[in-house]
Amino acid sequence: MLTILFDGIAYGMLLFVLACGLSVTLGLMNLINLAHGAFAMAGGYALVILVNNYGVPFWAALPLAFVVSALLGLVLEKTLYVHVYRKSHLDQVLFTIGLVFMAVAMADYTMGMTQVFARVPPELQGQLQVFGIGMGRYRLLIIVICGALALGLQYVLVHTRFGSRLRAAVDDQRVARGLGINVGHIFTLTFAFGSGLAGLGGALGTEILGLDPAFPLKYMIYFLIVVTVGGTSSITGPFLASLLLGIADVAGKYYVPKLGAFVIYTIMIVVLIWRPQGLFTRTAAR
Amino acid sequence: MTGPSLPTAQVAANLLAARARWHPLEFAFWLTAFAAIWLLPNRHLILTEIAWLGLFALSLDLILGYAGIISLGHAAFFGVGAYAAALLAKHGLINEPVLALIAAGAIAGLVGFATSFLVLRGSDLTRLMVSLGVALILRELANQFSWLTGGADGLQGVTMQPILGRFRFDMFGHNSYVYALLVLFVLFLLARRLMASPFGLSLVAIKGNPLRARALGISVEARLVAIYTVAAFYAGIAGGLLAQTQAFASLDVFSFDRSADLLLVLIIGGTGYLYGGLIGAVIFKLMQDFLATLTPQYWPFWIGLLLVLIVLVGRERMRRWARPVRVLAAKLDWRRPAAEQAR
Repeated sequence: MLTILFDGIAYGMLLFVLACGLSVTLGLMNLINLAHGAFAMAGGYALVILVNNYGVPFWAALPLAFVVSALLGLVLEKTLYVHVYRKSHLDQVLFTIGLVFMAVAMADYTMGMTQVFARVPPELQGQLQVFGIGMGRYRLLIIVICGALALGLQYVLVHTRFGSRLRAAVDDQRVARGLGINVGHIFTLTFAFGSGLAGLGGALGTEILGLDPAFPLKYMIYFLIVVTVGGTSSITGPFLASLLLGIADVAGKYYVPKLGAFVIYTIMIVVLIWRPQGLFTRTAAR
Repeated sequence: MTGPSLPTAQVAANLLAARARWHPLEFAFWLTAFAAIWLLPNRHLILTEIAWLGLFALSLDLILGYAGIISLGHAAFFGVGAYAAALLAKHGLINEPVLALIAAGAIAGLVGFATSFLVLRGSDLTRLMVSLGVALILRELANQFSWLTGGADGLQGVTMQPILGRFRFDMFGHNSYVYALLVLFVLFLLARRLMASPFGLSLVAIKGNPLRARALGISVEARLVAIYTVAAFYAGIAGGLLAQTQAFASLDVFSFDRSADLLLVLIIGGTGYLYGGLIGAVIFKLMQDFLATLTPQYWPFWIGLLLVLIVLVGRERMRRWARPVRVLAAKLDWRRPAAEQAR
């Protein structure tokens, strides 16, 4: 029971790191980015290649996965995404689906269709017994890293000048511009950072979620649920939504394996009937 | 404004009637489609595919092009229709394909009606999520109830009875094409009538500005539910056509790729004038035929590239490229004098 809760929390934390970049970019630029999962996949493959082919230590490869995805995000934002901010949601959806398909085909071309795993260092394998609860070491690592990231993000958002600018831009872009805040600049940084986080999440998740070229499609619905349920106005909303989703998904797959896949959809539908604008939103998602 | 002024209601009725009149290019389009029965006898298999894909894209056009609802899971209703048609035929519940097709469409329409209340809530993003979620749920259901649907192996052993008890589904697809084309044509006429009616115009108004439409006394929710249900019915018929002409249904009918491809089909042809889906289906299938022989495995890459390019170039600009066609259309238009008379 507690082990399931523990696994669920680890899973939820992972989802949070994967999806929080998406919620910020959505809130900031009203950009629907379905290709977010592609950045996560890039991070995952970066880790796998670095660890398995070049013998880079796992610990060093994690930050590198972040860097790879962040750079990728930076480049794509500067070259492609800038053109679609002002377009309609339909155009954004088409554009980002296109990116997903290209990413899937390219991953398939270079890495093959099969699932790949990174070699995990021995100190991360196996379980720890704490107060009689079996905790996977790897999952513990995920909780520690993602928890620290969540706290760090909350701190940056609430207590730094960059964070206040970011919040101002999310709340009202025009007024923020009027106050001399360079929204485009903030957005580029946030986009790159969010992509980097997705990459880190993808890298950490290779062990738990599995990694194959279909990754961005498989987890698209999870990201969307986190963002719609959690809202885009804070970090805490998506965080709680991720935890809820993670725990429900793991518990569902454990207790009712036959219907496990339906649990998250049921939650999605219930939440939507109950609070159409999301559970934790302050302002409606535009 | 010359001549005696008519009552406003009369003017409106005349304008509506003028909108509904047929354009010469429309005659040309359908004549070509029907001529293909005799002119392209060895292309009937791909033409059948174009027919159901065109119908499917038409159904998306009803909600996307007219009502402005972005759906990432339109394959849900396609899949329901496909499985319904296949199951009805397999268990001999309704042996006659035309009746079975209508039943399949009705079932899909029911599912569409039931889910419309979920999909039509909230913002674009919520709609994306829910429509995608509905398609995933249905796919998972089809996967789990493998005793009924055959699960991941697909539903095999479907034998189709002759259409109207007379015309068999032959392996060259001759009868399939005639059948699919007739279904498409009838449903197209229906959609055309519907969209030229005040109901269709009210949908366009809702797409343009929901608040203002509401202020004009249009019941936005009810209209959206109605058109969503109709679109689901159409998609179900398209799926049913696929299942009947191939005598097979698999989980693939629900796949996300199918919904995404459909968006591309409709975008290629253009939204909001009913022919977009049909033209898009022709172009898409020909392109697929060509590219798939080059690189079958990496076909998604080309779809993705095309989507990205279309958006970067801009749909508005592409519409300008089609201007020669529109100029030609305007020259051939015999509706204009009538429309002016109506004023």
